[in-house]
Amino acid sequence: MNAQEILDQEFLTIRSKLLDIAAALDRIQRGDGDPADDARMELVSEAIDIVGSTQLHRAERIQLLFSRQYDQAWKSKFQLNSGA
Amino acid sequence: MYYIDPHIHMVSRTTDDYATLARMGCVAMSEPAFWAGYDRGSADGFRDYFRQLTEVEPARAAQFGIRHFCWLCINAKEAENVQLSRDVLKLIPEFLDCANVLGIGEIGLNKNTRNEAIIFQEHVELAIEHQQAVLIHTPHLEDKHQGTKMILDMLADHPELAPGSVLVDHVEEHTVKAVLDAGYWAGMTLYPVTKCTPSRAVDIIEMVGAERLCVNSAGDWGPSKPTAVPDLIMEMRRRGHRESLIRKIVFDNPREFFQQSKNFDLADPANR
Ligand SMILES: [Zn+2]
Repeated sequence: MNAQEILDQEFLTIRSKLLDIAAALDRIQRGDGDPADDARMELVSEAIDIVGSTQLHRAERIQLLFSRQYDQAWKSKFQLNSGA
Repeated sequence: MYYIDPHIHMVSRTTDDYATLARMGCVAMSEPAFWAGYDRGSADGFRDYFRQLTEVEPARAAQFGIRHFCWLCINAKEAENVQLSRDVLKLIPEFLDCANVLGIGEIGLNKNTRNEAIIFQEHVELAIEHQQAVLIHTPHLEDKHQGTKMILDMLADHPELAPGSVLVDHVEEHTVKAVLDAGYWAGMTLYPVTKCTPSRAVDIIEMVGAERLCVNSAGDWGPSKPTAVPDLIMEMRRRGHRESLIRKIVFDNPREFFQQSKNFDLADPANR
């Protein structure tokens, strides 16, 4: 399938999912209080920036955005020996 | 198309689910030992569970012409209790000769803690000692990337464990390449909300290829869909993928991975 055909297939799904996100953000804003300081709101905003970017691997970049940091020195921090 | 679901928790499913899976083309499945939705109080609770996996489920599956295989371990969540874990590790060897046991699994990490890592290593050592294949659970959501890297670090400490005898499950966009590049098999779990959708799984197949890659439903006691593998088959067809490629993902690959286990034999239904 070429890009045009994929767009034809995916357009309504993309439209519907964008509306879901927009409506969920509206719902949060309509609720009492303001979670603007909640770190997850910043993550959502950064993820939306990634969706809107033109670089490839958007899904992988969003996954990494929502991931805890990996520390190479984790084994020594846990005081674990390396294997048997 | 007939297929294998390499990761499904049938102890949590109804007999009607077996019937539906059979109608959908499922000819074999493997069930890794996992958390039951609550913490078990003693090693004896696990002995009963292992009997369910090695006696009850194969008989239930056979009623519908499905071959049921399983993997044994104490899961990462209950592995936080180190003493209980060691008691369970001690009783695993007596079950390894049961006719449907494929290896040790699903071991792994849950919250990426020190205790989980200690018990993960002890399971790997047990697998090496008894020459067993290994099936590995990776954590969900924000813990997945970190936990998968930690698991790969621990596996790298054991060069005597052949990478081809290990499947790292629940891979997604940000973990699949590291697993495949290290020579392990990778499993994608089609699971609502927390894991992969059929569309994203097909995207991953298109991006990384079909070598050493499997898909499963992980159907269990939570919100999950035991018929998710047929959903992936439909999505691959919708995108015009060759039937031979679909078959490789849903039948040939899991069969090739399982064939390393001495207890696995499954004739290709096409040649029956
Ligand atoms: Zn599982």
